Amino acid sequence: MKSGLGTALAIARKDLRTELRTKESINAAASFALVILVIFSFAFNLERDEFYAISGGLLWLVYSFAGALIVNRAFSRELPNDCLDVLIASPAPGWAIFLGKAVAAFLLLLLVEAISLPVFGLFYNIRWTESLGSLVLIILLATWGMTIVGSAFSAVIVNVRLRELMLPVLLYPILIPLLIAAMGGTTALFQGEPLTGENFGYIRQLIGFDAVYTALALYMIEFILVF
Amino acid sequence: MREKATYALGILGAIVMIWNLHHIFTQMAPEAAQGMAGWILFIHVPADFMGDILYTIALVTSILFLVKKDFTYDSISVACIEVGTMFILVNLVTGSIWGKNQWGIWWTWDLRLTTQLMKFLLYLGYLVVRPAIAEATQRATMSAFIAIFAYADVPLVMMAIRLPNVRTQHPSPVIETGGINSVAVPFVVGIIAQLLMALALMLVRLHQENTRREIDSLRRELHAL
Amino acid sequence: MLAVAADRVWKYFGDYPALRGASLEVRKGACVALLGRNGAGKTTLLRILANLSRPTKGEIRASVGKSGIGYLGHGIGVYDDLSATENLILFGELMGVANPKKSAAEALERVGLARVKDGLAREFSRGMRQRLAVARAFLHKPEILLLDEPFTSLDDRAIAVLQSLLNDALASGATIVMSTHQIREAMELATDVALLERGKVVFAGPRAGEMLSDPTWLYRTYGEPA
Repeated sequence: MKSGLGTALAIARKDLRTELRTKESINAAASFALVILVIFSFAFNLERDEFYAISGGLLWLVYSFAGALIVNRAFSRELPNDCLDVLIASPAPGWAIFLGKAVAAFLLLLLVEAISLPVFGLFYNIRWTESLGSLVLIILLATWGMTIVGSAFSAVIVNVRLRELMLPVLLYPILIPLLIAAMGGTTALFQGEPLTGENFGYIRQLIGFDAVYTALALYMIEFILVF
Repeated sequence: MREKATYALGILGAIVMIWNLHHIFTQMAPEAAQGMAGWILFIHVPADFMGDILYTIALVTSILFLVKKDFTYDSISVACIEVGTMFILVNLVTGSIWGKNQWGIWWTWDLRLTTQLMKFLLYLGYLVVRPAIAEATQRATMSAFIAIFAYADVPLVMMAIRLPNVRTQHPSPVIETGGINSVAVPFVVGIIAQLLMALALMLVRLHQENTRREIDSLRRELHAL
Repeated sequence: MLAVAADRVWKYFGDYPALRGASLEVRKGACVALLGRNGAGKTTLLRILANLSRPTKGEIRASVGKSGIGYLGHGIGVYDDLSATENLILFGELMGVANPKKSAAEALERVGLARVKDGLAREFSRGMRQRLAVARAFLHKPEILLLDEPFTSLDDRAIAVLQSLLNDALASGATIVMSTHQIREAMELATDVALLERGKVVFAGPRAGEMLSDPTWLYRTYGEPA
C-alpha cells in the first residue's frame, strides 16, 4: 500500500512536470474556456440581477468543457512511445497508476479553473470573492468528481476509435448529478445565500458523488488496463 | 424451437396488450383513466418498470462477466441494455404524448421525465461506444465497466434533481382515482404484456449475439487453416 | 530450471489468431533468439510474456514477478518531455530500485549518455533515444529480459552498447528472449534459437553451427516456403 501511494505520487509528479513543461492541454483548455465565456456573453441579454440566476450554471458549463479537454489527456498522453506498456508491465499496481493520473488531472484542471474565475467575474460583473471559502469547497469537490470519472473513461477509451468524440458522450451524462449540485450551489453563493440549511444539500450531493465514483473507479480500473 | 418460442412470446405479448387496451376502453370508466387519452399511461408506466428491470439485470450480468469472463453474460448485458433503452424511449415518447394531451406541452422538465431522459442518455453512451471497440474481450470488458458506472449514476440523478431550485415540483402524472382495483389490473396486465414482448426481443438479440460469435469463431478457424 | 515458459498459448485479436498453440520453454541463463517472419507472432508472444497481454488460451509461467522483468518493445518507452535522468529516475522508482538517482546515473554512464543527462528525450537523435530505451530496460538489473527487435534501426554505437549490456547481463545469470530480424547480431549472442511460424513455435533448440554460418538455414529447413 505504501509503495502504491509512492508510485501514484511519482506518476502524478511526472504528469504535472511534462504538462507544465509543454503546457499543451492547459493552453488549449484555458483558451477554450475564455472563448466560451465570450460566446456566452452573446447568448443572453439579461439584466444584471437576472443574470445571477444563471451565473453558477454558466461557470460550470465552462469548467466542464475545459475539464473534458484536460481529462482526455490523462491516459492518451501515455500512447506516444508506448509508455503505457512500460507502466503496465511494471510492478506498479493499476490503481496507483490511475490515482496518480487523476490527481495530476485534478491539479491541472484546478489551475485552468483558477485562471478562468477572475475572467468570468470580470466579464459578467460577478462578485465571487465573498464567501470564497464555500466557493472553493464546491470547486474542489466538483472538480475531483469530474477528474476521477473523466480519468476512468480516459482509460476506457484510450484505444478506441474517435476517442475525442466518445469521451463527451460517455462523460457528460454521468456528470449531470455532480454538475447540478455544483451549479446550484455556486448560483446560491453568487446570490448571497450561505450553504447552510437546505443549501447544504449541494455539498452533500457532491460528497456522495465523489465517494461513490472514487471507490468504483479505484476498484475497477484493474479490469480495464490489461487485455 | 427457439424461433417458435420467440414468435410465441411476441404474439402472446401483443395479444395481451391488445386485450388490455380493449378492456381499458370498454370496461373502465373514463375518469379512472383521466380521460380517454389516459390509456397511454398503461403503456407508459409499465415501460418504465420494464426498462428498470432490464437495466438491473444488465448490471448483475455485467458484474458477472467481469468476475467470470464468460461471454454469455456479456450477450445478456447488451441485449438487456438495448431492449431496456428501447423501453425507456417508449416511456419518454408516451409520456410526452400524454403531457401534450393533458397540459398542452410536449415536454416539461419535471422530476419524472428528467430522470427518464437521464437514464436514456446514460445508456446511450454505452450503445454508442460499444460498437467502436473492435476486439471482443476488450469490448465486453469496457461495456461492463460503462454499464456499472451508468447504473450507479441513477440514484445520484434522482437525488440531484430534488435539490433546491433544480426542478419545479410539477404535479406528477399519478392517477388519483377511487378504487385501487379498477386501475391495478390494467397496470399489472400491461406489465405482463410488456414482459412477454421484452422476452421475445431479448431472445432475438441474444440469438443475434450468439450467431455473431459463432461466425467469429468460424472465421478464426478458417484463418488458422 | 525454467526462467519463463509459454504452454500452448493461443491469442486472438478479434477473429485473427496471432498465436496458435505456441509453446516455448526458456531455461535460466539462456539467450533465446526468437526468429520469424513479420506477422509470425513474435511481438504478441513477447507482450504476453511481459504481462502486457493475456493469452486467450494457455498458460504462462515465470520464475520472477514483474519487478524482475525488463521489456523493450517497438516503442522506446520513454517520455519525450522528461530529461534522460528524469526518465530513468521515474522508471527506477516504478521498478522498485533501491537508489533510483544512483542507478539512473550509472545507467546513463553505461550507455554513453552521461553528457546529455539533462537533455529532454525529444531532443535526442534516434540512436540516442534507442540507447536511453536500452538503459531503461536494463536499469533494474532484471533477471529476465524480453526484447522485441532491439537491433532494428540502431546505429553502430548503439549496437555496440546493446551487445555489451546483453553480454554483461548473461554473465550475471540473466535470461534473455530476443526477437530479431538481424540474424547475425543475434546469433552471436544466442545460446538457443526458436522459430515462430504463423503463431506456432516450429523449432526450438540450441544454436547449432549451421545457423551461425548460414543465417537463413533455419528458415529453409523448418519454415514454410517463402
